[in-house]
Amino acid sequence: MSRIERRFTELRRAGRAGLVTYLCGGDPDADTFDAILRGLPRAGADVIEIGMPFSDPMADGPTIQAGNLRALAAGMTLARVLETVRRFRARDETTPIVLMGYYNPIHRYGRIRFLDDAVAAGVDGLIVVDLPPEEDEELCLPALERGLNFIRLATPTTDDARLPAVLANTSGFVYYVSITGITGAAAPVVQQVDAAVARLKRHTDLPVAVGFGIREPAQAAAIARHADAAVVGSALVEIVAAHAGGSSALIEAVHAKVAELAQAVGGAREA
Amino acid sequence: MTTLETGTDSHRPNSYRSGPDERGRFGIHGGRFVAETLMPNILELERAYEAAKKDPAFHAELAEWFKDYVGRPSPLYLAGRLSEHLGGARVYFKRDELNHTGAHKINNTVGQILLARRMGKKRIIAETGAGQHGVATATVAARFGLECIVYMGERDIERQKPNVFRMRLLGAEVRPVGSGSRTLKDAMNEALRDWVTNVGDTFYIIGSVAGPHPYPAMVRDFQSIIGREAREQIQEKEGRLPDLLVAAVGGGSNAMGLFHPFLDDPGVRIVAVEAAGDGIGTGRHAAAMTAGSPGVLHGARSYLLQDGDGQVIEPHSISAGLDYPGIGPEHSWLKDVGRIEVASATDEEALEAFGLCSRLEGILPALEPCHALAQVIRLAPEMGKDEIVIMNLCGRGDKDVATVADRMGVVL
Repeated sequence: MSRIERRFTELRRAGRAGLVTYLCGGDPDADTFDAILRGLPRAGADVIEIGMPFSDPMADGPTIQAGNLRALAAGMTLARVLETVRRFRARDETTPIVLMGYYNPIHRYGRIRFLDDAVAAGVDGLIVVDLPPEEDEELCLPALERGLNFIRLATPTTDDARLPAVLANTSGFVYYVSITGITGAAAPVVQQVDAAVARLKRHTDLPVAVGFGIREPAQAAAIARHADAAVVGSALVEIVAAHAGGSSALIEAVHAKVAELAQAVGGAREA
Repeated sequence: MTTLETGTDSHRPNSYRSGPDERGRFGIHGGRFVAETLMPNILELERAYEAAKKDPAFHAELAEWFKDYVGRPSPLYLAGRLSEHLGGARVYFKRDELNHTGAHKINNTVGQILLARRMGKKRIIAETGAGQHGVATATVAARFGLECIVYMGERDIERQKPNVFRMRLLGAEVRPVGSGSRTLKDAMNEALRDWVTNVGDTFYIIGSVAGPHPYPAMVRDFQSIIGREAREQIQEKEGRLPDLLVAAVGGGSNAMGLFHPFLDDPGVRIVAVEAAGDGIGTGRHAAAMTAGSPGVLHGARSYLLQDGDGQVIEPHSISAGLDYPGIGPEHSWLKDVGRIEVASATDEEALEAFGLCSRLEGILPALEPCHALAQVIRLAPEMGKDEIVIMNLCGRGDKDVATVADRMGVVL
């Protein structure tokens, strides 16, 4: 059982939803990011997504685009993202780490070498935005062979006819994109998301995490009543952007926001 | 499993014109590397295009629009004074700069808007670099009464002001793109972001033989009218096929349009000319096939200007239409299998070609085909007087007059 599967099993037993956090790896700089990352589990992150910075993040809104560029300007590379994970894993054996990003940096690194290095660093899953099931042989199948979870995005445009293809090689959890759009854009409509989660659950036993456009604790709680986890990204990256230069205040502010969100998500089903 | 990391494909196909395969691949290049939100749209587009291709009514309609609206066929013109000046081969220009809107771009936008109408789409989006594709898209959107939004990098808006105004006159909304290098690649990122957000009613008219499958094949098909006409015209004029084809490549649509109908003629040498900017050695250029490596951007694998970490390098060219870090996947494949040769021309060489063509032929060419012309200037003198060159003169230079004046230190 992978760390991701173990974590969702624990959450299910505890009868609560999880909080998935996204931050861009190396944003605003490698040391500050390491400090943020180290404190995320204690603040309440159940699963941690780390963005692999890319110069052309086509599915992301301005907030995460800026996060990518800050990290690149500070010298972040894919190899350094893996080092970051290795340092985190030395202190934390249980919190699942998912790397999220675009295919080209992986393609350039060498896809098989990347997968082997990711496994060795303690990465648990991958989300690669521009690899739909039609391109599974590129990375998804070799990732699964190495025991990594390959987490696919399902979207409002993924209809019942297409859903089985999207779910076929998905593992760990399914990431439901709650809006048709880019990250950090419009807020999702809770009723529509509930219906979509119910539809997904008719097709799969995998946990369903919902993200894109979730910013505030109340929203996250509403989503978490039906979904297995809520994903928050842009709202956290904005905090990084607001504290230019990186500082202990930044680290505390991110952890405080995560704690607020975690409390809301964790208590969502009690209300 | 295929060996994806190899950059070359030594397998020689029976025909160079049968690609792509059902997954949209040309050798290792091409494919559909897009977000899941877009996949249903991409598949819908592929089905609609396949149906249209089989429908004689679609072809008849396209032919009519080509004739009466675009002004096709474009002439094949013997550039007599230039040929004499170069002292070698007879150089013909395929005059696609005489099309409505002044470039080859309209061949593709007419085709795609007819498809958009068949599919019942109400909203058109496009990216543009030099503004030629934006103008060609705004033009057909106006004619078909569809809402049109064109994404354009802020830097390109600055250097192509007349085209920005033309698009606005045609009723399009030009949305400035301030992210990244603020040029064509960023405009394409932003158009893709729009498409992800407005999937249901929006048709994305991509302007080059780039992007996810089926775009590279579809745009090629619409543009290949250039090569089909040239083939007939040269046989009429010279009674035989040409010895050499030359065209400039940014994304590569004018070049693919000229080349494709000749790919299976072994006697026809084919050269694609990339923008070398300040020179390949300076790193300030847009020559993806000359100096790049296979990468994945904007929905396809192809040669790409990127650093060792897979970050896209900002390209440079005096010509906004060639200022793109990638190249269409079919070109990359044709390079890998050795069917096309790849050359490059610097900003300086393109400007010299601009001057020569203007003075000798009375034609102000766009800076994009000036790169092709720079290569013709190199090759034609080495060829015999009985040899024939066809160069795609794919755009007119009116839009570039300010850029050229600026480089000459002339204040207009």
